[in-house]
Amino acid sequence: MTVSVSLTVNGEAVSADVEPRTLLVQMLREELGLTGTHVGCDTSQCGACVVHVDGESVKACTLLAVQAEGADVKTIEGVADGDTLHPMQQAFHENHGLQCGFCTPGMIMSALDLVKNNPDPSEREIREWLEGNLCRCTGYHNIVKSIDAGARAMRG
Amino acid sequence: MYNFEYKKAGSVDEAAGIVGADDEAKLLAGGMTYIPTLKQRLAAPTTVVDLNGVGGMDGISADGNGVTVGAMARHAAVAASAEVAAAIPALADLASHIGDPQVRNRGTIGGSIANNDPAADYPAALVGLGATVQTNKRTIAADDFFTGLFETALGQDEIVTAVSFPRAGKAAYMKFPNPASRYAIVGVFVAQAADGVRVAVTGAGPCVFRVAEMEAALAANWSADSVAGLGISADGLNEDIHASAEYRAHLVTVMAKRAVAKAG
Amino acid sequence: MTEQGIGAAVARREDRRFVTGQGHYTDDINRRGQTYACFVRSPHAHATLNGVDTAAAGAMPGVRAIFVGEDMAEVGPLICGWAITDVNGEPFRAPPHPALAIGKVNYAGEAVAVVIADTLEQAKDAAAAVEVDYGLLDAVVDPAQATAGGQPQIHEAAPGNLSFEWALGDKAAVDAVFDGAAHVTSLEFANNRLVPNAMEPRACVAEYDAGSGEHTLHIASQNPHVHRLVMSAFHGLAPEHKLRVVAPDVGGGFGSKIFIYAEEVVLTWAASRVRRPIKWTAERSESFLTDAHGRDHVTTAELALDSDGKFLAMRVDTTANMGAYLSTFASAVPTYLYATLLAGQYTTGGIYCNVKAVFTNTVPVDAYRGAGRPEAAYVVERLVEAAAAETGRDPADLRKTNFVPTDAFPYETPVIMQYDCGDFAGSMDQALDLAGYGGFQARKAESKAGGRLRGIGFSSYIEACGVAPSAAAGSLGAGVGLWESANIRFNPTGNVQLFTGCHSHGQGHETAYAQIVADKLGVPYEQVEVIHGDSSKIPFGMGTYGSRSAAVGGSAIVKAADKVIEKGRKIAAHTLEASEDDIEFAGGNFTVKGTDKAMNIAEVAFTAYVPHNYPEGLEPGLDETAFYDPLNFSFPAGTHICEVEVDPETGSVSIERYAAVDDFGVLINPLIVEGQVHGGIGQGVGQAMLEHAVYDGAGQLVSGSYMDYTMPRADDVPSYDVGFNGVPSPLNPLGVKGCGEAGAIAAPAAVMNAVHDALRDVGVGHIEMPATPLRVWQAIQDAAA
Repeated sequence: MTVSVSLTVNGEAVSADVEPRTLLVQMLREELGLTGTHVGCDTSQCGACVVHVDGESVKACTLLAVQAEGADVKTIEGVADGDTLHPMQQAFHENHGLQCGFCTPGMIMSALDLVKNNPDPSEREIREWLEGNLCRCTGYHNIVKSIDAGARAMRG
Repeated sequence: MYNFEYKKAGSVDEAAGIVGADDEAKLLAGGMTYIPTLKQRLAAPTTVVDLNGVGGMDGISADGNGVTVGAMARHAAVAASAEVAAAIPALADLASHIGDPQVRNRGTIGGSIANNDPAADYPAALVGLGATVQTNKRTIAADDFFTGLFETALGQDEIVTAVSFPRAGKAAYMKFPNPASRYAIVGVFVAQAADGVRVAVTGAGPCVFRVAEMEAALAANWSADSVAGLGISADGLNEDIHASAEYRAHLVTVMAKRAVAKAG
Repeated sequence: MTEQGIGAAVARREDRRFVTGQGHYTDDINRRGQTYACFVRSPHAHATLNGVDTAAAGAMPGVRAIFVGEDMAEVGPLICGWAITDVNGEPFRAPPHPALAIGKVNYAGEAVAVVIADTLEQAKDAAAAVEVDYGLLDAVVDPAQATAGGQPQIHEAAPGNLSFEWALGDKAAVDAVFDGAAHVTSLEFANNRLVPNAMEPRACVAEYDAGSGEHTLHIASQNPHVHRLVMSAFHGLAPEHKLRVVAPDVGGGFGSKIFIYAEEVVLTWAASRVRRPIKWTAERSESFLTDAHGRDHVTTAELALDSDGKFLAMRVDTTANMGAYLSTFASAVPTYLYATLLAGQYTTGGIYCNVKAVFTNTVPVDAYRGAGRPEAAYVVERLVEAAAAETGRDPADLRKTNFVPTDAFPYETPVIMQYDCGDFAGSMDQALDLAGYGGFQARKAESKAGGRLRGIGFSSYIEACGVAPSAAAGSLGAGVGLWESANIRFNPTGNVQLFTGCHSHGQGHETAYAQIVADKLGVPYEQVEVIHGDSSKIPFGMGTYGSRSAAVGGSAIVKAADKVIEKGRKIAAHTLEASEDDIEFAGGNFTVKGTDKAMNIAEVAFTAYVPHNYPEGLEPGLDETAFYDPLNFSFPAGTHICEVEVDPETGSVSIERYAAVDDFGVLINPLIVEGQVHGGIGQGVGQAMLEHAVYDGAGQLVSGSYMDYTMPRADDVPSYDVGFNGVPSPLNPLGVKGCGEAGAIAAPAAVMNAVHDALRDVGVGHIEMPATPLRVWQAIQDAAA
């Protein structure tokens, strides 16, 4: 038994027939081929799957695909402007804010939501905001630096 | 995840009708606990009834008496609400520290209290402020709502629609988080509540509870020193690899003291 | 140094695909007709396997096959590739480890059967319907008790649950020194068991092409060729030339993706049975139960000092928990990667170390970032710090008194290592500056005024990287050579492809290796492409672990570049009508000495592929391969200084400052090196304060998810102050030493020494890792009682 789900992903109208138990992240990865959104845990804690739904960061592993019916979803694939990296992506690159890259999409999507809510976050506020995003490679030092730099660039 | 039928309810009555007719149908609010439960195949509902399509359930309003928070209001909305911040700042502060930002963007007050996780934050606010839970059938005082470990006074076809918090004098919440899950190992909400001083503790026991001795001491003298010497018994408190019962009992005193200090 | 050559902080080229979601990890791969595997795992830590009934499960929708251990009898068991000789001269006991259990299960999570079905949910549904008849047995969980009488026996082939007892050093001589020492410091402690937790869970996709008879395994691996070698030579799954192993983008390894696990063996075998591609991706709960864990030692350690504070001798007795089976390199970790580092940075006269490697009913334990060296550094640096406190000496001064002096290299330790070079006191001085040691007492007083306890802790670690000289490793029991290969291929148009046998899973090889090639050959950095991870493209390679990619893999690149230059010199000499001896190479140009006659290396490459006017007898083409076997380990060393504040009311510890000064020799890319240090420190802080794989008495992993296993989060750690004091290694052509593990090796002792320092004021003498709030609070209560 499947349900048809229609939504907008990175500005494009898409639809797929999925089982009710299909998670949004599964639909993105398996049905739409958007494999930039990752799955790093099964208890909704690692944040590798963070995407934006109607402008807010959510864990795509903790939302049923059917719940996203009609929603406007943005994934890491939709952040850059063509070949031009978004300032936050550029900041992660310049500040070596990633190593293996697995947590990076979730980190960037989460960081963008932080900056939306708090355009000039302090180091402490960045660290606290990242409670739902785990990284095993960087010791967080350069992620924090990247988000600080990205926020600054976005302030212009 | 086991498969299930998905129904997006258009109204509270429709949702209540479905879960009333089928014991194995379950309500879905924010899903921050329930979807992980489903993922791990720890639940096998016949039908998942999604409340996210029910209009008008996520409002937040304030009047002279207090604040009313719709059951589907997200934690982030409560944390960011100017009305809540003006009327009961301690409630906004508590909401701003539930889970992580993504949990706060989805999780709801109705879902949280209906689940009644022993380590959840909201039960401390409800009991600490003497709130009232509104359902599709009745109103329930917070003191009567939380009945045990993952147990509430809600009936099978009863759905939380809103929570009303009366205005309070000084109030604050202090949480000592579990280092791994970041749920409360101990969370203490202290308030000069509408009906007197309240001290509500979450995380420490199987269910939120009040500490009468601390309430009396604070009623007599609202200061951190009043509770610094008051302890609770470790008997019956939760134990796990992160905290012994004795440690939890100790933290209740420390967090109570710090909450009073924070409240000013 | 050129703008993008060796030493330049080039931002990584691999970033673009990762920040845009275009990385290709194993789970991103999907094949036409792909099926999914779900493993049936034992819920019990120790049980006989009396029967597995797959009938009902096999009839469920979408199920293509279900296999149990007996079905795979033709497949060789999982192996341990490093043989250890017991103190009694016997070989170690390495009991058989079938990929799917046969007759008995020995840890909770061990695979009993595999279901292969058309969808993942179908595979899971059927796996839940497989009925297994277990005969429950008591479990052995505590390594300290594993060899005691009356314990349940895990393997028939390992009486007393002992894999081996091993020793290094002259016990009698060391005992004699202890007898006459002015002061002896003794400590007993555990080195806590950790779960590696690379953010990308292990995954594989196995395919079989019946037409060609070729197997292809895509796998999250740190060493695809080692996977191919072992799966071919020991499991007999396919001859090497019919087995292609590809490790695409890999989301972190930290050791856990070195090993050859049951899952890839089963999938590779089964893909040729079901004639369909099969995918398996671990769920995180499955990772907790199946990825090889790290550390897990119980140790008694003693340090003998004379009245001037000189270290006379060290005596160490360690029980190392191997888990239920010997994993791929498990036996090397508590022996040759551990006891050989017990000299630390010091001139300690004699060292004796005894190690018992025991089996328990827990997940197998193997190398995890640092592998043996964090355990050794913890022993040495905890002893030194405790000795300083006991004898009333400044911990920095006591270390300086005992450092191997700068003019003493090469320096032979009493534990079979020869340190090549170093400047231990220089790194210490630089670290003291960076840490603001002079202001510590004032900060401590300020903390005290606020009701907090402040402590400072040192860790002057040394490690052995660049594994390893093959002959030395072989003489100590290694089953493989530990060289590395590099193939530099010029294309006719002048751009370069570098094929390396190392594997990058976060280390930035695509950038750093391109910098080496650009630097050595004068080719624009942008025109160098680095290719790794595919056994069908790379000549051969031993992979990435043990901080070897720069010292060994990088050196192989230099050797291959040298060959390119040698051949290029011949071509240039011919074209420029000069003698080979008169050709100089610099900055990408071959020049006739003393003239302006020159030829760029790109022109040389073109000539090599279009050899119309070409040296007689010289082969066309410009494509050189080098295999480099290191002469010795390299020895990164440094001093890390950690400052913590303890809230005595709650037991919470916060890291207020963390300074690190490391000697990694020459830095190829400082930006990447700093990142490696940060990450290592993050994991070391995790071990010291947060992480612990806890088993209950029945052998159930209690901290089996992120709900209970505390991963370091951004707000658990500070920003780090990182400095370098590089002394180039004379033993490899780049002068590099290796930087991948230093942080994880140094940090646990630095943090724990700081915690002990802080708690000394309230009478706490000893606290174990991780120093959780509960433990710190409890220790303060116990000290006050």
